[in-house]
Parts: sequence; structure tokens; C-alpha cells
Amino acid sequence: MRRAAGLVAGGIALAGAALLVALYPMIGDGLVLRSELQWLPAQGLNLVLRLDGLSWLFAFLVLAIGFLVVVYAHYYMSPEDPVPRFFSFFLAFMGAMLGLVLSGNLIQIAFFWELTSLSSFLLIGYWHQNEAARSAARMALIVTAAGGLCLLLGVLLLGKIAGSYDLDVVLAAGDAIRAHELYLPALLLILVGAFTKSAQFPFHFWLPHAMAAPTPVSAYLHSATMVKAGIFVLMRLWPVLAGTDAWYFIVTGAGLTTLLIGAWSAIFQQDLKGLLAYSTISHLGIITLLLGIGSPLAAVAAIFHTANHATFKASLFMAAGIIDHEAGTRDLRRLSGLRRFMPITATLAMVAAAAMAGVPLLNGFLSKEMLLAEALEDYNDTLLDLLLPYVATLALIFSVLYSVRFIHQSFFGPAPQGLPRVPEEAPHWMRLPIEVLVMACLAVGIFPAATIGPYLAVAARSTIGAEPPAYSLAIWHGVNQPLVLSVIALVIGTLAYVVFARRLNAITAAPLIGVLKGRRVFETALSAIVTAARRLERIFGTQRLQPQLRILVVLACIAGLLPFVRHGYDLGANDGTMLDPGFAIIWLIGAGCAIGAAWQAKYHRLAAVVLVSGAGLVSCISFVWLSAPDLALTQLLVETVTTVLLLLGLRWLPKRLPDIWPEGDKPASVNQRRGTDLFIAVAAGLGMALFAYAVMTRPMPDTISRFFLEQSYSAAGGRNVVNVILVDFRAFDTLGEITVLGIVALAIFSLLRRFRPARESVADPVQQRQQDASDHAREGRDVGDTLAESLLVPRVVMEWMFPVITVFALYLLIRGHDLPGGGFAAGVTMSIALILQYMAAGTRSVETRLRVRPIKWIASGLLIAAFVGTAAIALRHPFLTSWFRYLDLPVIGKVPLATAMLFDIGVFLLVVGATALILIAIAHQSVRTPVDADAAGRRRA
Amino acid sequence: MEIVLAIGIGVLTSSGVWLILRPRTFQVILGLSLLSYAVNLFIYAMGRLKVDAPPIVGTGGVDPALYDDPLPQALVLTAIVISFAMTALLLVVLLASRGITGTDHVDGDDGE
Repeated sequence: MRRAAGLVAGGIALAGAALLVALYPMIGDGLVLRSELQWLPAQGLNLVLRLDGLSWLFAFLVLAIGFLVVVYAHYYMSPEDPVPRFFSFFLAFMGAMLGLVLSGNLIQIAFFWELTSLSSFLLIGYWHQNEAARSAARMALIVTAAGGLCLLLGVLLLGKIAGSYDLDVVLAAGDAIRAHELYLPALLLILVGAFTKSAQFPFHFWLPHAMAAPTPVSAYLHSATMVKAGIFVLMRLWPVLAGTDAWYFIVTGAGLTTLLIGAWSAIFQQDLKGLLAYSTISHLGIITLLLGIGSPLAAVAAIFHTANHATFKASLFMAAGIIDHEAGTRDLRRLSGLRRFMPITATLAMVAAAAMAGVPLLNGFLSKEMLLAEALEDYNDTLLDLLLPYVATLALIFSVLYSVRFIHQSFFGPAPQGLPRVPEEAPHWMRLPIEVLVMACLAVGIFPAATIGPYLAVAARSTIGAEPPAYSLAIWHGVNQPLVLSVIALVIGTLAYVVFARRLNAITAAPLIGVLKGRRVFETALSAIVTAARRLERIFGTQRLQPQLRILVVLACIAGLLPFVRHGYDLGANDGTMLDPGFAIIWLIGAGCAIGAAWQAKYHRLAAVVLVSGAGLVSCISFVWLSAPDLALTQLLVETVTTVLLLLGLRWLPKRLPDIWPEGDKPASVNQRRGTDLFIAVAAGLGMALFAYAVMTRPMPDTISRFFLEQSYSAAGGRNVVNVILVDFRAFDTLGEITVLGIVALAIFSLLRRFRPARESVADPVQQRQQDASDHAREGRDVGDTLAESLLVPRVVMEWMFPVITVFALYLLIRGHDLPGGGFAAGVTMSIALILQYMAAGTRSVETRLRVRPIKWIASGLLIAAFVGTAAIALRHPFLTSWFRYLDLPVIGKVPLATAMLFDIGVFLLVVGATALILIAIAHQSVRTPVDADAAGRRRA
Repeated sequence: MEIVLAIGIGVLTSSGVWLILRPRTFQVILGLSLLSYAVNLFIYAMGRLKVDAPPIVGTGGVDPALYDDPLPQALVLTAIVISFAMTALLLVVLLASRGITGTDHVDGDDGE
């Protein structure tokens, strides 16, 4: 399992990288590859994959470093960790990151951006048993996802300005965008997004906490991927957004501050990974600073430094992981002299750290030179521009200092004392990824033009959108200002270490800026938000059902009222149908039943059920009267089943005692509440009545019904248009509906499996106890005789009705396509036949004779319906296309034969199964032995 | 006919709304049943009323004016079945809630 997970993850990364390499020749020629998957073409929302030089470079970093991290992680993760889960999170993250860099659409960028936030949350919180990991993951998620929302708003604005979300259109509209009045809001929102993700000041605080993640995660997220996502978006949108004063001051300012704060803080870290985390922040600052300058040459330097930082930082994280793994601690104060125990790792780490410090012959040196050259360049004589070279040099001194400290503290000096375990060299395969990365650092550092040169050029061209100005990738440019500054930084940084090394070990927090606790601000803000939300919930929320329903009904009434308030109420011109006195009389009864049910539902449940059924019967008769035989049939059948169901439920409800308030002693609040409810109810009813009447008096516009009526026989071979709509024209809806029905039945079934009746309902009902008592008292009778004898004649009739009802159900099913009937009505009829057996003979005796397996009925019904649908696909028709033919059978005559009929059989089976399952499951509750229930009651108590 | 049906729909709605605002679960179930009658009739009425014109067509040409609107009927037919499922589910939920909390109050808590 462990091995397979690693192989899958590594294989995917490697295969992706190979594909990417295969595509390079086209990218190298300056082509932009696009692949579009239509989704909502009308809205301009499609899945667009777009590969150009910049996304190629990022995708390559994501995949190549991803592969190396997989190899490393395979050896790093301990046997107790659920490794398959790690690799699945890892792959999810890699996929999100790839989606981000390959997006050809602004909204898609924001979408994948949020996906990277989500999957990095899972990765950072991978050791979820660890509180620090959980809170770090939460913090990273909140900060970066909130930034992601800002980014989404920003790109929405950008798309609005450009008139399209397509990246190519947006990139071509740079001048229009920068001149637009919405440019500044869009810029600010996008920058907040990018700064949160790339840990720029003042949003940098989440990154050091994220070090609670397993080291492979840190190596991946904080070198090549997650934190580079913000950088990527800045680069991607560079031709559109860069070049204005606002861009220059905000981006350069944030980059410079981050560079300085990150480098300064890194010096004072005692945790290896903490040092690397702050160093990452400062290097991200360098890249942001370069992008902020806004000159094409600075952008080239930014891209170059991105690639360089990814390589040396990934290898340093991995080396830190090895030290942690082997020595059992990452505390710089406890580490010492590891060079003797792990010479190879030590050498690799030294080279990588030298690259980080910007030592010549390594890749970090080259991009650092470019940074210094750009910092020295005069762009606009503002204070920021004048400060740049000094601050940059200062930060470089710091970075030399912490790099030297990292190496000297852990690998040099006397042998370590009191480590948790004796360190030794890591397995070769675990070192291999570091070796590859360090070789890359060296190769790029010594032969830049031959190694990274062409890729950088291609990426730069596609970033800038034009041919970049001439630049030279070489180690030696003669003695110039950048070189002098570099040498100064190296010398002062090293000297500073020599002078301050001891004192640094005694420090616990970075001086000067140690008071700037981003985390504290974040947590205060978070708890303020939570408190405010709780307060709002207390004011506006309730867990009580009645107020919720009241609000819903009132809102619905208001929503229904608004159009009439605006346009007035009037009736249409239709005379309507002649009023039949019979119709009025049955509705008088119906209204009486409804009101009576409302009146009696509290104390006289049985009466109320009967009254509700009366109202149902009236609506049923109305359907017959008003040309809807199918509805009347189905309503009548469903009515029957519902009544049985409610009667079954009555058994488990508590006895309702008369009013808890003696007459005249009712609190005023109760009367007031009832008055309000009565008012709401009358208002709702009045509204519905007026609304319905206004519609009914208007002439019917031409609707799609004309099509159904005209095509029903000629196109679908059925004369009962309602049934044809259900099983043919709109069969897909019906398929969905029967699925819902099946799910509800299963939900009821599983709810009832855990059903525990209330204690007072467990004993036999009063009537049954009285019957048993009378049996007991009289001579010659056994207990239970009265129960067995009651309703004997109806019971025999009911039992004998089984075949009759079954035949009737089948008849309804078969004739449904042409005459009132169909799968629904037939299914409910069939379930009535079944439940009658239960009522007549009792659950136990039925089940000894009849084995109903409702779940199988449900399954086969759904399968048949779905099969009929897919068969159409197999015959190259759209899903659920039906076929029909009339057959001339001897004796019987002309018989319609349609696949819609098969579909209806599926509906029938499912309805039988679902209805029977519901009824039987509830009926079954009374056969549970009291012992069972008692035991359950005790367990609960 | 229209005015009677409209009043009928109104009375069913009023009774249903009154009941769903009550505190006992059984009242709420009956209320939902009444409301679903009202809503089904309402949807049906959107196709206007016709007497003796069921949408069962002949085998020849079809004049849509002679038949009742089949579309609301199809909608209501499925609504009837679904409202049965809803009633059943609600009944079971309230039985379970009664078993767990010992009361049939909609909030599972009898305290006024």
C-alpha cells in the first residue's frame, strides 16, 4: 500500500514532467498551446488550458520538484503515518497547482487558487493529532482563502474592464486596463490575494507556523509551489498591471519590507525549519520587489530567482528534514558537528546554503547580481528608489549571516551532546533528491547560458509579452557595482556571524520586530469575528422550529404580495366554467373537513386524520370533475396509503391530556401567539385564493402543452398524455423522482432500524390490555382470543382481495400509456394489496407465508428504468429515447409496444418497493418484543 | 367553478399554515398534508379548469383546445407521490425524535 501510493504519486509527477518536456519544442518556438473544454460557452466560461513559456517553467518546477519530493517523502514518512492519504493530498495539491499555472481563464485561476488553499490545508494539517499542525493549517487556510476571495473579486473586476475573462484577451488589453477607473480597486484586490499566498508583509505570519507540516510538505509548498502561486499571478498579470505608480510603490514597498523583515527574523530563529521559513519569506520579498520595479529586466531577474530559489530552498528543506530525522531535533542550539556523522548531507547542505547566501559559482549568486543591478538602476528618483540598493545590501548581509549560521551551527563544532539519537548518514535514496537539486544549483551557477538560458528566455518573453531587453547570463561581468556590493555583503555577513554567533544562540525572539506579532493580530481579529457572529446568531437566529416556520411563511406571503402592490389586483376576462351546485357542496364539506382537522389535531388525532382524509377526498373528487382522472386515481390511492401510515404512527405518540391551562387561566402570551398565527394563516389562505382566482380567470397562453398533446400519439404512441409526459417526454425527471422516492424509503428504513420508542409507548395499548383482561377473566377463553376474533369477516375478505388487487394493479400498469393509470398508480395499488395482508393477518403470520423484499424491488425498479435509458445510448440515441410499435396479436388484437412501457414497469417496481418498505418498516415496530425495547431503554438510561 | 376552487385552495392553505405553526409534531404532519393538497390543486389550477376534457387523445389529429392541459397534471402527479414520501419521512423523524426526547414537541423540548 505504502509503496503503491508512492509509485502512483511519483509516476504521475514523472509522466507529467515527461509530457511537458515533449511539448517544449513548440513552446520554445514561442507558440502558445491552448485546449478548450466547453462548459458554459454562452457565459464565456470554459475550461481553458493554456501553456506558454511562463506556465511551462512553473509547471516544470511543480512536476519535477514534485517528483523529487515524492521520492524523498517515501523515505521520510514514518511507518505509523497513513502514507496513502499523504500522497493523495499531495497529488490533489499538485493537480491544483498545475491547474493554476495552466489556466487560460481568469476565473479558472481563482478557482484553482482556492483549490491550492484547500489542499495545502490538508497537507499542513496532515499530522492532525498535533494541535500546532491543526491551528497552522487553519491559519494558512483562512489567510490564503480570504486572499483568494480578494483575488476572485479582483479578476472579476479585471474581466469586466477587459470585457472577457480569457487570458489572451486580458493580456492584450493592458493599456485600457491601466487607464480604467476600476484599475486601482482591481489592482489592490489582486495584490491582497498574491501577498497572502506569497507571504508578503503584512500577511507573512502564516508561513512560519505552517512549518508544523511534515518536512516534505514544507519542501514542496515553500519552495516551488504554494508560495509561488502569488508570484505566478503577479508575473502572469505583469503586462497588464505593472508600470503604474501604484504598482511600483505597493509592490516594491511590500517586497522590500518583506525582504528585510524576513532576513532579519531568520537570523534569530533557533529552529532549522523556522530559519528556512523566514528565509523563504525574504526571498519571496526579493522576487516581489523585482516584479514591483516594473522594468522588463527586473521581471527577467524575478523569473530567474524564482527558479533558483525553488531549487536551493527545496534541497535545504530536505536536508533539514534529514537532520531532524537523524538527530531527532531541529534546534540549532542543540545541533553541532554533524559533519562527522553525515558528511555527504553536510556537503550538499553547504552548497545549497551557499547558493542561498549568494556565493559565486552557484545559481543564487547570479540572480542576486541581477537584483543588485536592478536596485542600483535609477528609475524614478523617489525615496524608495534611492533606498533600494542600501536596503537590498543590508538584507543580503542578513541572508549571508543566517546561511552561515545554519551551516556552522549544525555541521561544525564539537560533536553534539545529549541528542535523542546518534545521527548517521541518511539512506542513499533519501539523499538523491537533494543531490539532483544541488547539481542543478551548480550547473546553473557555472553554465547559466547553457542550462537555464533558453528556458528563461522563453518564459521571460511570454511574461513580458514582448522580446525582453538584452541581458547576459554570465558569472563574470568584470568588477562592477553589484559585484562590489556582493562582496561587501559576504564579508560583513560572515564577520557578523563570527562576532555574534554566541549571542545569537541566547536570543529567543527577533529584536526590534519581535513585537510585531502577526499571529496575535490574526487571532484577535478571528475571535472578534467569531464573537460577532455568535452575537448575530443570538439576535437573529433560533433553533426553535416555530419561529423559523413563521418567518418562512411571512416572507413567502410578502413575496407573493409585492407584485400585487406594484401592479394592482384585477381579474382576467375569462368567464370561466359554469358553477355546478354539486361542486360547491363537496367543497363546503372539504373546507369543513380542513378547518375541523386544524381544530382537532391536538387532542383528537384520530378524528383529525379522518378529517384530513375527507379534505383529500374532496380534492380527489375535484380532480375527477375537472378532467384529471390520473390525478384523482393517484391521489385516492396515495390517500389510502397515507392514512394507513398515519394510523401506524399514532401508536407511538404520547397521550395528549386536555389543556394544561385550566379554562380562563391561559397566559396572555399564548393567546397572543395563537392570534398571530391565526392572522398569518388567514392571510396566507386569502393570498392563495385571490392569486389562484386571478390566474384562473385569465386566458391560457400558448404553452409547451400543445406540443405534448399533438405529439403524444404520433411521436410516442400513447394516448394518455399525462402518462406519456411522465414516461417519455420528461422521463429523465421521472427517473430523478423515483430515485428520490427510493432514497426516502431507504432513509426511513435505516432511521427505523435505530428507532427506540418512548418508554410509556412500549407496553401494549390500553384497548389491547382490556381485551386481554376480559379474556383472562372469562371461562373457556385464552388470552388473545378477542384480538384474534375481532373483525374476522373483513379480515377474510381482505385476505381474499390480494389476487384481485394485484390483477387490478397490473391492469392499471398496462393500460397506463393509453388510459388513466400508469406505474405510479399501479405501484401504490400493489403496495396497498401488500399492506392489507399485514393488516388482516398481522405482521408475523404474513411474513411466514409471504416474503416481500422491498429493497430488491426498489433496486430492480431503478435498474430497469436506468437500463431502458442507457439502452437508448447504446443505440446512439440520447438518454431515455423511447421506441414504440403496434403489434397485431392473434385473439387480443392490436397491442402497443413501447420501451416507455418498460420504463413504466421500472417506476412500478420502485414505487411498490418504496411504499411497501415504508409501511412495513413502520408496521414492524409493533412486533418488536417488549424485552427488546426494555433492554434498549435500560441501555439508554 | 373557479371561485369555489379558489376558496377551497384558500381554506386548505389556511388550515395547513395554522397547523404547521403549532407546537406538536402530529399537527405539523397534518398541516403539511393539507398544504400539499392546496399546493397540488393550485398547480393544477394554473392550467385552467375544464370539465369533461381529460387529456386522453384520439388516434387522429389533435386539437389542443379540446383537452385539459396535461402539463400541470404531470407535475401534480409526481408531487402527490413525493408528498407521500415527505409525509412518511417526517412521520418517522418525529417518531424517532419522540423516542429520543420523550416529547412530541417540535423542538424536542417541552419547556414553554
